[in-house]
Amino acid sequence: MPSATLIAQLGILGFVFFMLLNSAAVMVYVERKVAAKIQQRMGPTLVGPYGMLQPLADIIKLVMKEDLRPKAADAILFAAAPMIAATAAFSAFAVVPFGASTTFWGLLPEPIPLQIADINVAVLFVFAITSMGVYGIVLAGWSSNSKYSLLGALRSSAQMISYELSYGMALASVLLLAGSLSLRDIVNAQAGTWLGFIPRWFVFLQPVSFFIFMTAGVAETNRAPFDFPEAEQELVAGYHTEYSSMSFAMFFMAEYINMVTVSAVATDLFLGGWHGPFLPESLGWIWFLLKVSAILFFYVWMRWTLPRYRYDQLMKFGWKVLLPIAVANMLLTAAGVLYFGV
Amino acid sequence: MESSLAFFYVFAAVAVVSTLLVIAQPNPIYSVLLLITSFMALAGLYVLLDAPFVAVTQIIVYAGAIMVLFLFVVMLLNVAQEETVSEAEAASAGASSGAARGFGALLAIAMALELIWALNRSRGIGTAASVAGVTRQSWSVADIGRTLFTNYAFAFEATSVLILVAMIGSITLAGRHLAEKKPWRR
Repeated sequence: MPSATLIAQLGILGFVFFMLLNSAAVMVYVERKVAAKIQQRMGPTLVGPYGMLQPLADIIKLVMKEDLRPKAADAILFAAAPMIAATAAFSAFAVVPFGASTTFWGLLPEPIPLQIADINVAVLFVFAITSMGVYGIVLAGWSSNSKYSLLGALRSSAQMISYELSYGMALASVLLLAGSLSLRDIVNAQAGTWLGFIPRWFVFLQPVSFFIFMTAGVAETNRAPFDFPEAEQELVAGYHTEYSSMSFAMFFMAEYINMVTVSAVATDLFLGGWHGPFLPESLGWIWFLLKVSAILFFYVWMRWTLPRYRYDQLMKFGWKVLLPIAVANMLLTAAGVLYFGV
Repeated sequence: MESSLAFFYVFAAVAVVSTLLVIAQPNPIYSVLLLITSFMALAGLYVLLDAPFVAVTQIIVYAGAIMVLFLFVVMLLNVAQEETVSEAEAASAGASSGAARGFGALLAIAMALELIWALNRSRGIGTAASVAGVTRQSWSVADIGRTLFTNYAFAFEATSVLILVAMIGSITLAGRHLAEKKPWRR
């Protein structure tokens, strides 16, 4: 007989998996609706109330489609690439906490954290697994044996590698303040308020880090205005040009799940995770959900408002602007931590 | 205990088999991917040794950063299949003067001796727990950093100089090539 704690942990695992799967569908709907509003259109209206079942229709369409593979493609890698992308996207969320500890209304003998695994190097784990996602894209581009795919993959990986440095530096400044690599400890370090009304979120101590983290996050997830890997006007669809049916859907899903993960990590690192006013700690996950949704909305908003940069501008910005700022910010933070002994 | 032993055998088998396949099969892209698999299996072994920091660093640095560059180079050069160089071709390639071969053999022997010495020495030291004088439980990131920058500061700095030398060396080699081809670059 497995213990109640084990069942609860497996339940959390299943819940997170289910939510991530659905988040892709929900984000597709939100993306289309928000884009429509920004462009003064209606967006999907026909399937279900307010077109809310549109993602479902999309999924059915994708499943029914024929899974094509170019003749000259590398069969094994062509099939493996979307799986690598989706696996990396799903596993990164494994260490992200989304709520305080709970006993599920006293059903469990001792409280368990709302998180799949609380490991003490969580931040680095997210960083490592996200960097694994590059392989899905690179292999997709190479194995398709198509010039658009290859160019898209090369751009994508160059972009991800360049922005990972600034991303890491922004993370390091927060880690210096929190003095821990565990995301749960970092969130707990942001509990409480200054002067009674300003929440002790790291975004107020590290606005520069937050900006760098969000910018690098957009570049990491290949979203507009940094969506060069799939710049339609130049590359058809980038690395997934040759993909169809469910293998295409897996890339699509991976992209949205990566967005959710970046937003969730940003919430934990900078916006105090599940801490917030008005709600008791047991309902903190509502705050977490609200904050993640706000960041996701920001992503969508940005995509439909800003034009795409030029590729050389992106590289110049990453190496000559963002990285020096990130390094300077980290040195200043380190000096501050040393001086004030936070 | 049994489950961790089972995990050890799985990770060890994956590491050994994928590393063998890196050199046993001809496609360079597959070699790169198998090497990544091997690194991931090694990371799993580090987790079993209670060293999650080393495991994650292994993935970030080797599997994440270095292997992406490998993959890039292989993809850009588009090496379809490994070209097996015959003995005669290798001999005519120029790197086969007697002195060079002798030097190479000497280096190989020195390296083998060094390896045997190092392995024998580590057996004398005992388990990993006593290496740095800290107990196994306290291998936190802070401890690793402190040990690295105090007890092992010299080795750490020496390694950085070594990497710097390698970087400057590669730039010099590539730069000479460029200067020969395009004199206006100087």
